[in-house]
Amino acid sequence: MEKMVSLTIDGQKVEVPSSSTVLEAAKKLGIKIPTLCYLKDINEIGACRMCIVEVKGAKALQASCMLPVSDGMEVITNSPKVRESRKVTLELLLSDHNMECPTCVRNLNCELQTLAEELNIKSIRYPGEKHAARYDDFSPSIVRDTSKCILCRRCVSACHDVQSVGVISPNHRGFNTVVAPAFDKSLAEVACVNCGQCIMACPVGALKEKDDTDKVWAALADPEKHVIVQTAPAIRVSLGEEFGEGRGAIVTNKLAAALRRLGFDKVFDTDFAADLTIMEEGSEFLDRLQNGGKLPLITSCSPGWVKFCEHNYPELLDNVSTCKSPQQMFGAIAKSYYAEKTGIDPANIFVVSIMPCTAKKFEAKRPEMNSSGYQDVDVALTTRELSRMLKEAGIDVSKLPDEEFDEPLGISTGAAAIFGATGGVMEAALRTVYEIVTKKELEKVDFHDVRGLEGVKEATVDVDGIKVNVAVAHGLSNARKVLDKVKNGEADYHFIEIMCCPGGCVGGGGQPILSADERWDLDYREARAESIYEVDRNMPIRKSHENPAIQALYKEYLGKPLGEKSHKLLHTHYNERPYFDTK
Amino acid sequence: MAVINTMEELKKVRDKAKAALNMEGEANKTRIVVGLGTCGIASGAGHTMKAIEDELKKRNVENVELELTGCIGFCEFEPLVDIIRPNQPKVTYIKVDEEKARQIVEKHVINNEIIDEWIVPNI
Amino acid sequence: MEINSDGRMRAITDTSFYKNQTRIALRNCGLINPEVIEEYIANDGYMALAKALTEMTPQEVIDEVLASGLRGRGGGGFPTGRKWQFAADAKGDIKYVVCNADEGDPGAFMDRSVLEGDPHSLLEAMTLAGYAIGAQEGYIYVRAEYPIAVKRLNLAISQARERGLLGKNIFGTDFSFDLFLRLGSGAFVCGEETALLASIEGKRGEPRPRPPFPANKGLWGKPTIINNVETYANIPVILLKGADWFGKIGTEKSKGTKVFAIGGKINNTGLVEIAMGTPLKEVIYDIGGGIPNGKKFKAVQTGGPSGGCIPAELLDMPIEYDTLIQAGSMMGSGGMIVMDEDNCMVDIAKFFLSFTQEESCGKCPPCRIGTKRMLEILDRITKGEGKEGDIELLESLAKSIKASALCGLGQTAPNPVLSTIRYFRDEYEAHIKEKRCPAGSCKALIHYEIIADKCKGCGLCAKVCPVGAISGEKKQPHVIDKEKCIKCNSCFDRCRFDAIRKY
Repeated sequence: MEKMVSLTIDGQKVEVPSSSTVLEAAKKLGIKIPTLCYLKDINEIGACRMCIVEVKGAKALQASCMLPVSDGMEVITNSPKVRESRKVTLELLLSDHNMECPTCVRNLNCELQTLAEELNIKSIRYPGEKHAARYDDFSPSIVRDTSKCILCRRCVSACHDVQSVGVISPNHRGFNTVVAPAFDKSLAEVACVNCGQCIMACPVGALKEKDDTDKVWAALADPEKHVIVQTAPAIRVSLGEEFGEGRGAIVTNKLAAALRRLGFDKVFDTDFAADLTIMEEGSEFLDRLQNGGKLPLITSCSPGWVKFCEHNYPELLDNVSTCKSPQQMFGAIAKSYYAEKTGIDPANIFVVSIMPCTAKKFEAKRPEMNSSGYQDVDVALTTRELSRMLKEAGIDVSKLPDEEFDEPLGISTGAAAIFGATGGVMEAALRTVYEIVTKKELEKVDFHDVRGLEGVKEATVDVDGIKVNVAVAHGLSNARKVLDKVKNGEADYHFIEIMCCPGGCVGGGGQPILSADERWDLDYREARAESIYEVDRNMPIRKSHENPAIQALYKEYLGKPLGEKSHKLLHTHYNERPYFDTK
Repeated sequence: MAVINTMEELKKVRDKAKAALNMEGEANKTRIVVGLGTCGIASGAGHTMKAIEDELKKRNVENVELELTGCIGFCEFEPLVDIIRPNQPKVTYIKVDEEKARQIVEKHVINNEIIDEWIVPNI
Repeated sequence: MEINSDGRMRAITDTSFYKNQTRIALRNCGLINPEVIEEYIANDGYMALAKALTEMTPQEVIDEVLASGLRGRGGGGFPTGRKWQFAADAKGDIKYVVCNADEGDPGAFMDRSVLEGDPHSLLEAMTLAGYAIGAQEGYIYVRAEYPIAVKRLNLAISQARERGLLGKNIFGTDFSFDLFLRLGSGAFVCGEETALLASIEGKRGEPRPRPPFPANKGLWGKPTIINNVETYANIPVILLKGADWFGKIGTEKSKGTKVFAIGGKINNTGLVEIAMGTPLKEVIYDIGGGIPNGKKFKAVQTGGPSGGCIPAELLDMPIEYDTLIQAGSMMGSGGMIVMDEDNCMVDIAKFFLSFTQEESCGKCPPCRIGTKRMLEILDRITKGEGKEGDIELLESLAKSIKASALCGLGQTAPNPVLSTIRYFRDEYEAHIKEKRCPAGSCKALIHYEIIADKCKGCGLCAKVCPVGAISGEKKQPHVIDKEKCIKCNSCFDRCRFDAIRKY
């Protein structure tokens, strides 16, 4: 057992494990030390000087977030010197901040704003010149506005350490420091995978999704357009948070009601397309397994992961499933099958998707995603953008009645729902693959080995005598571990699921943003994932191939999985991308 | 260069080097030392060095060792040139440009005439 | 000593500039050929290493350094022996010895002098340190702007390797040690030890909070000692002559000597090494030769941009770590810049602060934004736009930055401002309240006027004025148009009749 250490904070004795920091020890006592750059386990660099405390015997004030506890240590968190220093530092940060709070996307959800209130800042004693700011909105997914950046580096750690993407870093130095891609390039010109984990880490409004709500408002107001919406599995367990529901609250049917009230002509579900993906991808896997195709097969649902692969592991692109992601499959089917079935000119069909994801915006814009003759998806919105539209329209999700999704593209199974959590695609695929191969009913549909927040999960599944080795990774630094093994021939996986974001889509970069404090107290991914599995448990059908709407789709239109029509509409390929855009 | 493996070997190398520096048994030898630290070089000591080298060659002066040294700290008076001879006090010339350097070779090194006005002052 | 007829010396080593010094760190500089290892050996070079490796245990080496009382010569003055003891006691098979040769204080060049003039002394000391703490590798982090130092270090390392003084089984013992160079790219903050380590590791050169200290978690997370060049340069002598000998030089709490780079308004600019405890006055007048042109001494800045200005009334102060700190300055790496009556102390503070502000790494807000704000306030004061309350604003900012900045650079950045406010508050007030620069140095606050009585109307001033601000009939008193005048001082310099007044 770890050695315990006893120290005194503000006159109170506390015992904590010897590897603790003073900040952690104070929390144990219920003493709140303000923080700004601190993001537990992700960014612990002592940069912002907000969490400074007085330590007996030390000359300067110490950053409690990095200060190891020691026996007999005496700490004061709340002396006039400490309070004044924190205030001065915060005033300095504010003096170099654009302070356009009411028009900021993070208004009322900003840690800087909250801190200014908590520290009782009433004026800024040291106004002065502001750093030369950059506004970068060239990326289809992420907008950077350094006039709001406080250089806490939380985004940098998220990008480098959590995602191992590493495309943003502090550039220049001193007062001219900005967090930016190398050589002050745009995010659009570097190997950014658009995952948006930087946004999730940002305490202020310096990083945000590219707002596409105007395009949706315009389409909704256009009588010529048949505007349909699809909503990803993870939205139903996160949108409620923006309307005062608990973390991970399930709002599936209120979500359907809300979308209908916004004015969408049809309210469909990406879960339908997730079931379709399982049909295609499960078949692709079996085809590769049985016919000596390239293995391991790696899932392709996560556009952040796909772009990561294009930049960093081009040699593994043939391992990536040719299946489009559910978002794109939905669009392709909407503008072909659905258009035919309803007699609506696909040119007038406007597909909006609600995604937990900023990378989906990039994916929707990929030029190759137009196999129906029309761009599969017209606009991809994040959970946060949807929430803003609903608020603007005066729709309070928590007060709506329960409603159903529309048919036929709103029919789905529990297997589709779990796409929203890490391991879900693998589990859904196994449910279907097992039954296709064995022609027997799967007795236990729950594959617990692939669930949960461990970075890399491995399992071996017996499918009618064939031992199928599967691996599941979420968060790109975990993905790297698996991919390096594959690359170096150190693994004999057959099937790998990779989700770009930690936790999978429940932790996506387009989801509601929690403050560092909230994240410390609660793993929001866990809360949302638990709900996802509850959604699955409560679904009458829990296997994709049993979805009657999917069965009808194949019967009426596609023929069979991996058939000619499927190939044209639902499959694609990916290409190597350079690390820097050298254009 | 041989590897030094023991204290004794080190002492031997030391004593030999010392003797060479003191020009033991070489009564007619001269060592010319130019301060070639960055400050010296910035003041033109590189040119001074070349001028001395050139002058020595031109005049066929033998038994002279031309060496460099680091900065002695007196930036004000760089470039500095020391003339060292066995059994004679060391002489330091200050602000030695190329012209002075050539004259030092001619007068001091060859003709043994110390050039009073260029010697370091009493500070 | 032979003196020539006109009172000239023979050799530089005979001058009082040299004789008033006590040269330990600089013992060989300017005397030996740094490119020939035998010349270092001729002066007892590598004897300390031979002695330590063949006659002493690592702990005995540390004990000797501890007993000598040697303190770091690069900044904070931490006892060197204790640093070594920490690293020796730290667990781990791999440890590193690092030399901070990233000399960055404006006007300081003692490290360069040792690197260029006596590189083997550093090599020997680092090898000794490696033996003491159980390291097998060392890194010298030297500025790329010191190309000659880099060249001579490389040469010295290869000679030492050829002689077996670096590499495997040094002096036939089990101890192996080698040294490598890493070139810095000129960021002042990389002189801060954790930033320096980050830079060696190939990361952005910026500090991290301590603890953990490098002695426990340093280069690549391994126990590491970092000392600067001058500190190391003392080590071979301490081991050879003994801690007792060393301890007799200097004072109770500041043992040994310190090298200073004297510059500014002083007759003998240069590098001097003096015994600790020597009064400031002696350095400035006896070694430095006093102030040129009969001007009055005003202050001396020690400790570089992290230090402070010490006024005339403290000239009798002995130079020690603690006395300097009490006076609001610090030892730092040993810059010593002398100022005379023509220097404006507000302007001096602005100069030093603008340096640290430029060199801030940008990691913590107090340094990144705080020094910028202080500089903005100083700037407006020197432009005559200072407001009542600006001094207090500077003081409150300075206090907070000192307390809360992440590293030593930020924590000391306000020192020049605080010390000048402390000793020259009247100058600040004159700028703010009377819009006057008492030293006549702040351009925005000086005015030129022609004294009609003295002007002969020669027209020379009008001729040299680059902006045509002076007019007048021939042989009649001229006048300066203050709107046009750019205060270039040309007319003042040119006038032969002292008819132009600066006020």
